[in-house]
Amino acid sequence: MCKRQGPVIFSDIDPLSGLKKALNMSRIEVVEEVRASNIRGRGGAGFPTGVKWNLAAAAQAEYKYVVCNADEGEPGTFKDRILLTEYPSLILEGMIIAAYAIGAQKGYIYLRGEYKSLKQEFERLAEEMRKAGTLGEKILGKEKFNFDIEIRLGSGAYVCGEETALIESMEGQRGEPRNRPPFPVNTGFLGYPTIVNNVETIAAIPHIILKGSDWFKKIGTEKSAGSKILSVSGDCGKPGVYEVAFGTTVAEILKLAEAKDTKAVQIGGASGTCIGESDFNRKIAFEDIATGGSVIIFDKTRNMLGAVENFLEFFREESCGQCTPCREGIPVLLEGTAKIKSGECSRGYLNDLFSLAETMQCASKCGLGQTAPNAFLAVMDNFKEDFSIKK
Amino acid sequence: MSKEPFSKETSQESTSRKSQDVNKHTAESALGGTVKVVIDDIELSVPFGTTILEAAKKVNIKIPTLCHHEDLCLAGVCRICVVEVEGQRTLQASCSYPIFDPIKVRTHSPRIRRARKNIISLLLKNHYGECYSCKKNGNCELQDLAKEYGVEDYKFGHIAKPRFGIDDSSYAIVRDMDKCILCKRCVRTCIDLQGVGVLESENRGDKTKIAAYMDKPMGEVVCINCGQCVNRCPTGALREKTDIEKVWDAIDDPDKHVVIQTAPAPRAAIGEEFGLPAGTSVTKKLNTALKRMGFDKVFDTNFTADLTIMEEGTELLLRIKKALVEKDASVKLPQFTSCSPGWVKFIEHFYPEKLDHVSTAKSPQQMFGAVVKTWYAERNNIDPKKIVSVSLMPCTAKKFECQRPEMNDSGLQDVDFSLTTRELAQMIKETGLDLPSLPASDFDDPLGIGSGAALIFGATGGVMEAAIRTAYEIVTGEEVPFNNLNVTPVRGMEGIREAALPVTKAVEEWKFLEGATLKVMIAHGTANAREVMEMLCRGELDDYHFIEIMACPGGCLGGGGQPIPTTPEIREARARALYSEDETLTYRKSHDNPVVKKIYEEFLTEGPCSKLSHKLLHTTYLDRGNKIDPRQTKMNAQEAKPAGTHH
Repeated sequence: MCKRQGPVIFSDIDPLSGLKKALNMSRIEVVEEVRASNIRGRGGAGFPTGVKWNLAAAAQAEYKYVVCNADEGEPGTFKDRILLTEYPSLILEGMIIAAYAIGAQKGYIYLRGEYKSLKQEFERLAEEMRKAGTLGEKILGKEKFNFDIEIRLGSGAYVCGEETALIESMEGQRGEPRNRPPFPVNTGFLGYPTIVNNVETIAAIPHIILKGSDWFKKIGTEKSAGSKILSVSGDCGKPGVYEVAFGTTVAEILKLAEAKDTKAVQIGGASGTCIGESDFNRKIAFEDIATGGSVIIFDKTRNMLGAVENFLEFFREESCGQCTPCREGIPVLLEGTAKIKSGECSRGYLNDLFSLAETMQCASKCGLGQTAPNAFLAVMDNFKEDFSIKK
Repeated sequence: MSKEPFSKETSQESTSRKSQDVNKHTAESALGGTVKVVIDDIELSVPFGTTILEAAKKVNIKIPTLCHHEDLCLAGVCRICVVEVEGQRTLQASCSYPIFDPIKVRTHSPRIRRARKNIISLLLKNHYGECYSCKKNGNCELQDLAKEYGVEDYKFGHIAKPRFGIDDSSYAIVRDMDKCILCKRCVRTCIDLQGVGVLESENRGDKTKIAAYMDKPMGEVVCINCGQCVNRCPTGALREKTDIEKVWDAIDDPDKHVVIQTAPAPRAAIGEEFGLPAGTSVTKKLNTALKRMGFDKVFDTNFTADLTIMEEGTELLLRIKKALVEKDASVKLPQFTSCSPGWVKFIEHFYPEKLDHVSTAKSPQQMFGAVVKTWYAERNNIDPKKIVSVSLMPCTAKKFECQRPEMNDSGLQDVDFSLTTRELAQMIKETGLDLPSLPASDFDDPLGIGSGAALIFGATGGVMEAAIRTAYEIVTGEEVPFNNLNVTPVRGMEGIREAALPVTKAVEEWKFLEGATLKVMIAHGTANAREVMEMLCRGELDDYHFIEIMACPGGCLGGGGQPIPTTPEIREARARALYSEDETLTYRKSHDNPVVKKIYEEFLTEGPCSKLSHKLLHTTYLDRGNKIDPRQTKMNAQEAKPAGTHH
């Protein structure tokens, strides 16, 4: 395995050193350290992890759960697969620290169905850790700290990456997002307080605990602490996984990936945004372009309407189908895109589509429907040369 | 590893799937405090956890809804009820947003109006067909919304061809999924309210549809035909299988003698279809309407409800006697009621091993059918083959019940057609009769007299009360010790209720009961029935004697064939109508009914639970388990093992 390099997760760390340090701190100190680091969820939504942990730690309940969201499904992302394959013990360590911090007895890795080949390795590793006393009862000799981890498999539904749909799926129900509030930190798996964190977030935890929140905050920008792992694909010479500090510009990433004649970059996968050359100086950061990690590069031979259609087809397939704006809206946008492509779309109908897109963004039940029109809107805005509207 | 809560939780899952326990683990919820909310500049305080929708209702602000229903757990899927909550980027579904912190809400804004109009346009897109060709025209929540929001064109297109076609494989319920808007009320009704769970979402995205188990036709799943889903469907996607044309054909055929029996619950509700307030009983006006429509005789189901009490009450006392005096261990107690065909099919499917607990007495509808084509035909010299026996029922399961192969003890199908309240209202409208303004008239002789005890069969607890009024008097020789015969402990709307009645003295024949306490239980809605059955299976009901179960919430008055909408308040109003009418009747106890006395003198001369009454008025049940094709049961009836006790 080639040694990866990066500012946070791919930086050097001794196995279990983060956990050992955490167990010498109080639970509150661990939560406080994570909060102070300003780390935000790496799945894309960017909810402050420390706030999430704090709420779960404060909740009074007989049981609490830690869930590692490994249902990586955004088109164009594959960075969690790398973490799961190459850094499994770091992930388990991060989960154990999380469990200690919030007072959970049980954790689950919700593994994307397509990643089931990784299950065995996790189970083997967990067994090894149990034998070594670093998982299970009295972890590292710590009295009253019992925590174990189980691997659950998804079945290929993209929407199960949404944390409440993930919980429904874990409970054996249809993968459909729940109403929020109540939030999982309060009423999660089986009705108990649950934190659901992305693989990448969890993998950063041992580093933050060991090296400190100040070290972490020095990396990245003022509002976006730390690093982001990107899955770069598309029209470029060196596609792959890159860990970059927040604040890195799109142009820098294109350079890293040796992309030439780039027309557009879709950042954040199907639910992200699509930018053109004039925006390549923008930064990967929560305050500028937030992303779950997918970077898809299109060169000048591509028509962006084709990309929009592709993304919308993906969403049509992956919408859970429960709420109206998402279920019914996506096919309408898709029909509209086809009309635009064939030059049959009038200005009036385009306005109807924009109004619909706004409704989907503000009235859909979960992030899937809320972000489904993003690529459509971005292309309508940024790539007007790719289509014409009937007068 | 600490003990997991799985085993305890999972058994609850099927009935409480989506009803997330709101903020179960916050300290404040335990305090039961209030929280301030400002809605459209109106400030009010509401109990912690109140939804925005409920709060808005308190200050008379109307927020449109579709997937919301007062009887059901929250879904938050149609998104028509979205509102602005200050500080939130997206709009929030007011039906499923519990207020925990002080918030400011706007229920109308340009963005909200655009969203609602767009959502309505999206729902109309795949809502196949035109309003004028729909059974629900004029009583459709989608149609109302389109009108309210001025959505007059198909902005996003309109489906030209049906995608699914009509499923009329069930005896009771027609599913027209081309009109379905995926609000999932039916799914939540079937799982949460009724504990049956034959309906669920299938597929994802724009391929999502509501399907019966394994996408089978409705007639081939363990549906109990209760029709509660029909009653909650906001559009025309679910409806009863109609017998309107067949009944008109019979009326129009001069060779046929068409009789109709009317049950009490529809009489307390049909006025709603004609604009009368819920809880207006129109029994005698309805008699006039039916006669003018051309029915040859208009009879009262209450007569056979009284007969049911005689048979079922006697059966109960015999069971108790056998168990206590003869020490017959094969006798099953508690005895369960058998009037509700939805409940009967429920136990046949889900607890067939407990069928011996169910009274063998037929339901009033079916007793009536058997009596009409025998005693009535004989007395009046009418060829029973020429009689068409129709019933007015609050129920869709009654349609299935009259098709049960064993329900032909008169030698013919005992009841030919069962009409729901909604169907009869439609027929009355077709005649141009204005029900509310019709004069009153009486039922026809001889099957037109029913007691107040029979009348209250229409409400949950009513059969129990009627049985107690009679059984107590048989045993003690005295009237029930309640003011004005109102056995109030068994009344009410709680899902499962129980009562105990001490027998302080007894007549000679029942001396062994002196000092005993009669223990009874009442449940309505089959999710509650399931709980009772679980108690029975755990052996917790061994010292109970009689249990009344009605498949529908509120009992028959909340039946699946009743006017739409049916809500908790409407059910309460219908119940009040029944209980107050009871107090006005000449006969209050089933055994006082003079026609009941006469039929035992003239026809069933050996008395209740005798040989002839067993032939005509009692029945057997099927161990259905997962055997699910009701059409095939007709063919398989002889082979299938009958269950049920015979006395």
